[in-house]
Amino acid sequence: MRLTCTVNGLTRTADDVWEGESLLYVLRERFALPGSKNACEQGECGSCTVYLDGTAVCACLVAAGQAAGREIRTVEGLAPEGDLDPVQRAFLQTGAVQCGFCTPGLIVSVHDLLGRNPHPSDPEIREALAGNLCRCTGYEKIMDAVRLAASGGVAADPAVRSGHGGPAGPGGAPGRGGLGGAAS
Amino acid sequence: MDFMTPSTWDDALQIKADRPDAVPIAGGTDVMVELNFHRRRPPALLDLTRLGELTTWSMDGELLRVGAGVSYTRIMEELGDRLPGLAMAARTVGSPQIRNRGTLGGNLGSASPAGDAHPPLLAAGAQIELASVRGTRLVPVADFFTGPKRSVLAPDELIAAVLVRPAAGPEQFSKIGTRNAMVIAVSSFALALHPDRRAVGTGIGSAAPTPRRAVEAELFAAGELPWDTLGTLDPAVVRRFGELVAAAAAPIDDVRGTAAYRRHALAVLGRRTLTWAWRELCG
Repeated sequence: MRLTCTVNGLTRTADDVWEGESLLYVLRERFALPGSKNACEQGECGSCTVYLDGTAVCACLVAAGQAAGREIRTVEGLAPEGDLDPVQRAFLQTGAVQCGFCTPGLIVSVHDLLGRNPHPSDPEIREALAGNLCRCTGYEKIMDAVRLAASGGVAADPAVRSGHGGPAGPGGAPGRGGLGGAAS
Repeated sequence: MDFMTPSTWDDALQIKADRPDAVPIAGGTDVMVELNFHRRRPPALLDLTRLGELTTWSMDGELLRVGAGVSYTRIMEELGDRLPGLAMAARTVGSPQIRNRGTLGGNLGSASPAGDAHPPLLAAGAQIELASVRGTRLVPVADFFTGPKRSVLAPDELIAAVLVRPAAGPEQFSKIGTRNAMVIAVSSFALALHPDRRAVGTGIGSAAPTPRRAVEAELFAAGELPWDTLGTLDPAVVRRFGELVAAAAAPIDDVRGTAAYRRHALAVLGRRTLTWAWRELCG
């Protein structure tokens, strides 16, 4: 089948899509957007969290055909090209990234949480992130990142650039890599 | 595989009549897992997410009619006052992402003994509206399940809605699992007090081949609760209620827990939910 949908504001079309494949597969393998990660394929880990018509969902549980005509926003589309969303900056600033695999899903979930509840309590943060697993178990730094993003105190660091696995931009501090389309 | 996307309910029913082998899909939280893991290759998928009427709820006379496509998130956010037990159960489903997608109709259609919506629907005495091109029928939820992941749903039928009287009294739901989130119930229990008719409703989850009521426990509590005085609960009544709840179960040993633990847990859940609900009723 031919699938047309809007991804990060652009109309995208893929041909020869198998009817039973997931939106996650479409995003990663057909639209070359590997930010959404493929881990459990059963909605348990949250690594593939994206917005579908503004609602946070696991892309692995959306059938490709269900996405036809819908608006999808992935971690790559949270900020304009070359910029980072404050949630992404907060993760960098607090060191809330270890292996990085869960990070894109967590960032979309946190983005969704703060859109609904700009000043969440700690239990509300934990509840909102219950469907995002970090197997490095770096949850405390992730909590710090959410608190920082919610406080509005995220530094606007021009040195931090997004990109597809590239190193930090000019002047980037050691250990800071691009978030969003990083390790795929 | 065919992917069919009806835009009206009548079209959906016609497709299901023509293609009874088509698997309905809404939130995908069960169906997509089976596809992703190559456990199932249905000849056709019938997408129900473009049917606006499935995602509405409204009062229909004295009954609340909740469309089969209403998500757990919306049940929590919009129906907590009218269906508190169902809303509590919805809140224990999966994660925010799962609750955003998973639907009441999908839970019923999967007919898992562990489905979280089932115990509160049993306790509330809900009916399920099943539709086909042949017509519409109402099935009491207690008669809907016929075995693990089996129900009376005919191959040409779709689940349209749940019909249920808004709660006339306190409702409770409690669930045992290894975490507070992302958990399939080891056991669960729902209780509804119906002070208007001095009755008690119950629903047991994940402790029998199907979700089921604890009928003897219901009759015992209805007869023993101090409805006139709204006085303190007799601990012996609470204990006996828990025993009768456990006795109504028919659990098995499986990966999530043993039969003995499930029975023990149900006695505890029965005592707790009755205590909580009675306290709420007495204000």
